Amino acid sequence: MMSMSPLITGITVLLCVTMLGAAVVAIRAKAMPIAILAAGLVSLVASILFLVLASPDVAMTEAAIGSGLTTFLFFFVLARIRAAGHDDAEMDADSPDGGKNDGVRT
Amino acid sequence: MMASLLSVIGGVLLVAGAAFLLLGGLGLVRMPDVFNRIQAGTKATTLGTLLSLAGIACLQPAWTLKLALIGLFILFTNPLSSQVLARAAHRAGADKSPLTAVDLLAKDQLADDPKGDRA
Amino acid sequence: MAEFFVSESLIYLAAILIGLAFLLALFRFLKGPSTADRVVAFDVLTIIGITAIALLALLEGRGIYLDVALVYALLSFLGVIVIARYLERGL
Repeated sequence: MMSMSPLITGITVLLCVTMLGAAVVAIRAKAMPIAILAAGLVSLVASILFLVLASPDVAMTEAAIGSGLTTFLFFFVLARIRAAGHDDAEMDADSPDGGKNDGVRT
Repeated sequence: MMASLLSVIGGVLLVAGAAFLLLGGLGLVRMPDVFNRIQAGTKATTLGTLLSLAGIACLQPAWTLKLALIGLFILFTNPLSSQVLARAAHRAGADKSPLTAVDLLAKDQLADDPKGDRA
Repeated sequence: MAEFFVSESLIYLAAILIGLAFLLALFRFLKGPSTADRVVAFDVLTIIGITAIALLALLEGRGIYLDVALVYALLSFLGVIVIARYLERGL
């Protein structure tokens, strides 16, 4: 990468800053779905970053596994935990109504 | 000469698509509630992505088939996902903007589905 | 390749606009008060990422990069569907 154009350098800097911000959200978020979404965003940015590094096969694997399958799996498991009656999976710990409104009239 | 004209058209389409993406992002920041953000965030970005892909297809005519496939996927799936997301937000009781005038979905659900267990 | 450089400044301008759009959607993702806001921002970020991948393929001149954009065009839809089903407690 001796001759990176300024545009590619700018894209790389933007992607790295995004990745750091998403990682901080993934660590510090109170609600679990937000943390999972932020982890998915880290995978998305990592995939584009692999593409900048000229490895489309790794980028495709990261897209399918990291951003797709892991996020789906986390949400399925979270729904299972919520169905088992634990409080960890409440949807909006930091929403304005504090997760009081469960949404569905059962 | 013809290829030059095509490349200029492609560049203009690409910039127009990027401008629509920027407008979509701006709407995502500026809109007051979830439903307006869904409106701004999906319609403007769908148009912006399709225009950008068309511009790239003009710049590299050999990639037209694959770009058309990506555009077709986005054209079919993006309105569907925005609709599902809006329904989920409505059902989860998202806050509405105080300017919201009418909520026909809540009225419909109260009218013909009083238990609210329709999937 | 001489015709390609006619619109090079336009490609640069488009890349800068896409970067700004990415930053705006990222702001909504970091700030967004509720989960639904963040899901919308994530969807928009994925779509902007598809456009960025296509633009990167154009810049590098490698058509194989478009396969990654195709994977994302499928996965963003499935991801939003799964998250929406989770949010409306139907999963």
